[in-house]
Amino acid sequence: MTDRGRIELRLRDPEFTLDVGFMLRSGITILFGPSGAGKSTLLDCIAGLRLLDEGRIEVSGVVFFEHASAINRSVQRRRVGYVFQELALFPHLSVEQNITYGIVSLPKNVRRERVDRIVEAMRISHLRRRRPAEISGGEARRVALARSLVTDPRILLLDEPLAGLDIPTRSKIVDDLRAWNELHRIPILYVTHQRDEVFALGERVLLMDQGRIVADGAPHEVMAAAQNLTAAQLGGFENVFEAVVQSMNPARGTMTCGLSGIEIETPLFHVEGGQRVQIGIRAGDVLVAAVEPVGLSARNILRGRIVNLAERDMIVAARVACGVEVEVHLTLAARDALDLTPGREVWLVVKTHSIHVAAKDRRG
Amino acid sequence: MDWQALWLTIRLATLVAGLLFVLGLPIAYWIAFSRWRWKFFVEAVVGLPIVLPPTVLGFYLLVALGPRSPLGRVWIALTGHTLAFTFPGLVIGSIIYSLPFAVQPFATAFAAVDSRLLAASAVLGSSRLRTFWRVVLPLSLPGLLTGVGLSFAHTAGEFGVVLMIGGNIPGVTRTVSIDIYDRVQSFDYASASETALALLVFSFIVLVLLYGLNRGWRTGGVRAMYGGR
Repeated sequence: MTDRGRIELRLRDPEFTLDVGFMLRSGITILFGPSGAGKSTLLDCIAGLRLLDEGRIEVSGVVFFEHASAINRSVQRRRVGYVFQELALFPHLSVEQNITYGIVSLPKNVRRERVDRIVEAMRISHLRRRRPAEISGGEARRVALARSLVTDPRILLLDEPLAGLDIPTRSKIVDDLRAWNELHRIPILYVTHQRDEVFALGERVLLMDQGRIVADGAPHEVMAAAQNLTAAQLGGFENVFEAVVQSMNPARGTMTCGLSGIEIETPLFHVEGGQRVQIGIRAGDVLVAAVEPVGLSARNILRGRIVNLAERDMIVAARVACGVEVEVHLTLAARDALDLTPGREVWLVVKTHSIHVAAKDRRG
Repeated sequence: MDWQALWLTIRLATLVAGLLFVLGLPIAYWIAFSRWRWKFFVEAVVGLPIVLPPTVLGFYLLVALGPRSPLGRVWIALTGHTLAFTFPGLVIGSIIYSLPFAVQPFATAFAAVDSRLLAASAVLGSSRLRTFWRVVLPLSLPGLLTGVGLSFAHTAGEFGVVLMIGGNIPGVTRTVSIDIYDRVQSFDYASASETALALLVFSFIVLVLLYGLNRGWRTGGVRAMYGGR
């Protein structure tokens, strides 16, 4: 993946703020996040369909927008390929007329050659004379892709272009898109909120939440962080702590956080504008050892003392002080086997990926 | 049957419908796509002829076209005679009178075109004008037809405005509806009923064609309309 420009933008709506910055690289970059995270808005901004408040957008050496010098290249002159979720094929034009729509200014022979090549690459030669209403959903996606790619775009923006297709159809289309991009090497931003697509497609994932990019990396790193989208989602956790990020280890997809004098290892989570995060641990995800454990794969082993034990239905809720107070759920049998009583010294064991990290709640 | 009045009416209605098509497109486009906050004022002005009594509209038009108004003076300087009580005066009056019947269906049709199609067209490098010709206009055909048909029929049937600004000059400003009125005044009920029936049948046919075509378009007619396989 080579660098193909940089996006840096801010957009303020009454009820929504988009504030992102990232390098563009050739190849497929997935934009992943919940609905309302700002993924489609980001694509609209790059295409020039939304006006920005601040920032700079540079794609393959061409400045689309620069607040500082009042540059705002028109939508028409940005030459982006944009496949909308609704595809937006022109219903009154044939497949071929749809594809030539964006290249009418080219000489006729160039035009014909380009159309021939792209319908071949997208395997839709047999559909040329049909109307959009007369082709299948998968075919319509291929036509929409062809219509964008034929213009030789500087960047390709795909807004959930394959949503609703079955997996074999989807992967065939992606293979053809990849083959096309082997030759062109342009950046492709691919919006999805489907987890399986992220692993199937992405070389790189940008995780978005509430108008920000909260993680940027390879699918496996980012998707671990994606479990922990918002602090609000930590609501169901018995243990929620505020922590400070001390060091990051992107190569391993982990980082170290400090809280009340102890250090714990958590999944990697990119925080913008500060080092404070919230971490959540489920009481049932913590193991208790009566003696100091050795030779474990789990990275977090905390020494503490039992503060109290409370029987609830069929479990025992133990509160253990280990710098912070952690609630742990045990079975009645475990309590008896380990002979746990208040005041007793124990070790808590928590796997890195049992710890959920969230941005410190910006909504207060 | 007054064939002269009928011919005059057809000429007037055709000319007015044609001119309204040309004038109505930009006005309707502006109404459909402008984000100006006071746009509703313009919409209200365009819609006025629907609610105003034709005599009120006719009165103001008569004053505006008369020899004392700036427009009237310019016209006299150019042609040597007044605009009121002439065929061109009737055309101008009818355009204003029928304006909403063309503009409103046009604007409604333009606004109904999926905004993502317009965005797609812009992203593919098309100017607004090209987007209008290649996307908005073809997808608005039913609305365009309705607007043209309604303004034609409305002009053909107008009475109050014609009487106020055109008077009753045979071959110049005497339309079918004036003719009917005239005959009733002189107790010639036989030919009044003949002409009235002709106008009734004509209006009915226009509306049947309009509604029929629009229905065809809505129910899978898109394929027929654009000559699919």
